[in-house]
Formats: sequence, C-alpha cells, structure tokens
Amino acid sequence: MTLDIEISNATVSYREHIALKNISLRIEAGSFTAAVGPNGAGKTTLLTLVNGLGKLQSGTVRIFGALVTKHNRNKFRRDIGYVPQQMNIDARMPISVYDIVMLGRYSKIGLFRYPGKKDYTVVNNICQLIGIDRFIKKPVGHLSGGEMQKVSIARALAQEPRILLLDEPTANLDPCAQHEIIGLIERIYNDHKLTIIFVTHLLTHLPSLCTDALLLKNGHIIASGSIHEVFTKDLLSEVYDFDIDPPDVNRAGPNV
Amino acid sequence: MFEILQYHFLQRALVASVLGGTVCGIVGVWVVMMRIPFVGVAMSHAAFAGAIFGLLLHINPLLMAFIFCFASTALIGPVADRGDIDPNISIGIIFSIVLGIAFLGMGMIKGPKTEALNFIWGNILIISTSDLYYLFLISTVVIAFLILLYKEIQAILFNRELARAIGLPETVLFYCLLFLCGATVTVNLNIIGGLLIFSLIVNPPSAAYQLTYKLKTMYILSVCFGIGSCLLGLFFSYLFNVPSGAVIIIVSSLIFGISLIISPKRKVKKYEVSKT
Repeated sequence: MTLDIEISNATVSYREHIALKNISLRIEAGSFTAAVGPNGAGKTTLLTLVNGLGKLQSGTVRIFGALVTKHNRNKFRRDIGYVPQQMNIDARMPISVYDIVMLGRYSKIGLFRYPGKKDYTVVNNICQLIGIDRFIKKPVGHLSGGEMQKVSIARALAQEPRILLLDEPTANLDPCAQHEIIGLIERIYNDHKLTIIFVTHLLTHLPSLCTDALLLKNGHIIASGSIHEVFTKDLLSEVYDFDIDPPDVNRAGPNV
Repeated sequence: MFEILQYHFLQRALVASVLGGTVCGIVGVWVVMMRIPFVGVAMSHAAFAGAIFGLLLHINPLLMAFIFCFASTALIGPVADRGDIDPNISIGIIFSIVLGIAFLGMGMIKGPKTEALNFIWGNILIISTSDLYYLFLISTVVIAFLILLYKEIQAILFNRELARAIGLPETVLFYCLLFLCGATVTVNLNIIGGLLIFSLIVNPPSAAYQLTYKLKTMYILSVCFGIGSCLLGLFFSYLFNVPSGAVIIIVSSLIFGISLIISPKRKVKKYEVSKT
C-alpha cells in the first residue's frame, strides 16, 4: 500500500475559529475519496492542508511519504492539482482561456523560462480532452460557471499532477453542467488513475467511481474508510443532524 | 520649432519622458491588475517623506526616498499577509504613517521649503543627468524583471492564491512587484512629482485595460499611453509655459477618458425581435 497523503494530529485555526481539530488521515495512491459534510465542516480546509495553503497550527502532513515544511511545500504543490470553488473573475480581465490552462504548466517549466513545445502539446491535448478547445481564445471572464469549472480542471490537469483536489466542482451549476463535470472527473480518474479528493456537501453530487469516503463535521473526521462503510444511514444522519438515506453508491454513471 | 531640440535640458526631458512613460506603464499594469491602485499614492508619499528627511539630514534625498520606499514595501506585503487583511487596507495604514512622517519633516524644515516642494510637483525640464541615470537603471531592472518572469507575474496578476497553489514562489514575487513600484515612484519623484506620479501609474494601464482582452497588448498600450502622455505633456508644457507634471497628468487622464468612450468592452449587443 503506497500512501500519497498522511495527516497526523493536524489542527488548523483561522483566528478564533478552529477549522480542523486534531485530525489524522491516510489516503492511498490512486484512491478516489469523497470528503462529505455540512457547510463549515472543514472540507475546504482539509484540501488546503494537503496543498500547503492552509496554516498548520500543530501536527504533520506527509505527501508522497515526505514531510511537508514551509521550505519545501512549493515542490509538492507542483504535483498537486487544485480546483478551488468558483472564483469571481472580472468580465474584462485581459487573460484568455488558453493562458489560464497554461498557468498549470508554469511551476513545471521553472523560473526564467518560457513554455516550450512539450508544454503547448500538453495544454492542447488537455483542452481537447476536457472539451474546451472550442473556446480557448475566449477571455476567461466571458465563461459560464460550467465552462469556468472545466477550465479550472484543465488547468489543474496541465500540471500533470499525482493528486487532484476538487473543491465542490459542481456547486452552483445547473443539472446539465453538473452531469458533464462529474462525467469528466470520472473519465479523468479512469484514464489517469490520479489520487483524487472530491469535496462536496451534497450527496447527490457524488461520482460513482468514488472508492473511499470521509465524513466531516465541526472540524472532526466522524468516519473514514470505504464508501460502503462510511455511507450508512446512522453516520450520515449523525453528520447532517437529520434522518438521511445513504446514496446508491453502486449506481453506474454520474449520480445526478 | 525643431531647433529647441538642441538644448540639453530638452534632450534629457525627452529621454526621461520615454523612460518614465515606459516604466510607469509597466508597473501600472501590475497595480491595476492586482487592484491596488493606492500603492502608488502610498509609495509616492513614502518617497516624499524620505526625500524630506534626506534634506533635513543632508543625505542624498533620492537615496533616502529609496530607503523609505523599500521600508514601506517591506511593511505593506507582510502586514497584509501576516495580519490576514486586504492589501488595500495595509497600503492605507502605511500611507497614513508616511504621510504623518512627511508632514513632520516639512514642519521641521526651517526657512523656504522650495526644494521640498519640488518633490511634490517635480519638473521634467530641470532634471539632472544623474536623475536620468537612476531612471535608466530602474527602467532596465523593471523591464528585465518583466521579461524574465513574465509568466509568473501573469499568474500573480490573475490570482495570487492560485499562483501559490500551483507551486510558484508567489509571496517573494509579490513583494518584488511592490518594491519595483516603490523604486519607480522614487526615480520619478523629481520628474513627475510625488503627488502626480500616482496618476501616471494608474491612468495609462486603466486606459489600456478598456481596449484589450490580451495581457501583452495591455502592456504595449499602457507603455505607449505612458510615453505619449509624457511627450505630449512636455510639448504642451513648453508651448503654454505651464507646469509639466500637471499637463502630463491631464493628458493621461484625457487618454483614459477617450479609451473609456471607445472601449469595445462597453459595447452592448442588442437582441432584435424578428417581425413575423
């Protein structure tokens, strides 16, 4: 068993708010983990802990077996694709879709260098794979929510990451766009076998390929394990504070 | 008309216009894209405060202006990052501090304050050769920084957090951008003036922002507008015998006004209902 992510006794605070309270977690390479919980459970903070954006108050984080410190975290970030929640972008922003996808290559290219032939090939292939090649010249501020999410995923994949962090990628999208994004994520997982953490607070938004799950509430991990062990009526009801039936995790295709 | 070009002071002014317009145009793109326009005001007042204390302590005012700008830069970034506050707030705090120091220094100057006031208004027609050397040096550094780190700067201008998330040394680069803003303001203190330099940093890139969806084109337009503002301002200043710094700013404001009016980004598509 190869561990890609190993978090031990981690606590993260934002001023007076403790977002994660002494959590420990191990995620295997190539697993597809759904991190589920109500708003404010600490799901986004968990992702920022993995990519080093969050400020760790105590505990340790190991990525690919190595301890992450503030001196080496940039090195790990290069191999971690991060798709944040939807960003507010000025409609007049003078940056094109292609430029945004190319951003993903920048840390791989290195300082003082310009993108080379390989970088353009990687970006062109990813734009085709994600299905955004029709609008690569469009200004990024002119995209719909669904299109912007696809561009964010493409940008993260351009990094050629080993870990992909998805923070509520289907939030605020219409059902058709949700279906497309979940289908896309499943295709990426099938093709690349990345380690994926998929954050959502909606059980209806779970991709059917999830192998593992985490249940979070008030900064604690309530349960973790295989999706069948975690998504039980008792545990879900405890996390959401009302009776809730588990999603049909055996259902093929996007759960929308 | 062209015989006036043989005068050394005018030759220096023309070179300063091209260099000043270029460097302000580039730095301005960073400031406008990062939505921190008031960094120009804070830096110009820091430089002004430094220059005044330079006069008081009989140390080269430009050197002191540079030191004050550097100190302000060293505070703005960390205050924003460590205090977890918006950079505009930390800029406001630093601005109020340097403003207080500048006024304190002004009050301590005995006799006429002409030399100190020159740093507020500037005068492109009376700059020295050493001023020009400093301007050339900073312009070279800014242009080299832009060329060598174009892609990293682009990532930071789009979104600082994202730049950090993909593994770029965002914090160091952001502080470098702030420092180069400060250095640009300092070397333009004698030329445009501490009070007016802010407009030359904000107006040309804001005009360029209205006209293009490409970052490279924005840089080019911003530099052209910066140089154009300086050259036209210099020309009108000579023609009407009025303060050059003020005319340069008025010209740059007019360029912004025209860009806003003709901006393709303001066009609204109309939906025509077919008559059947």
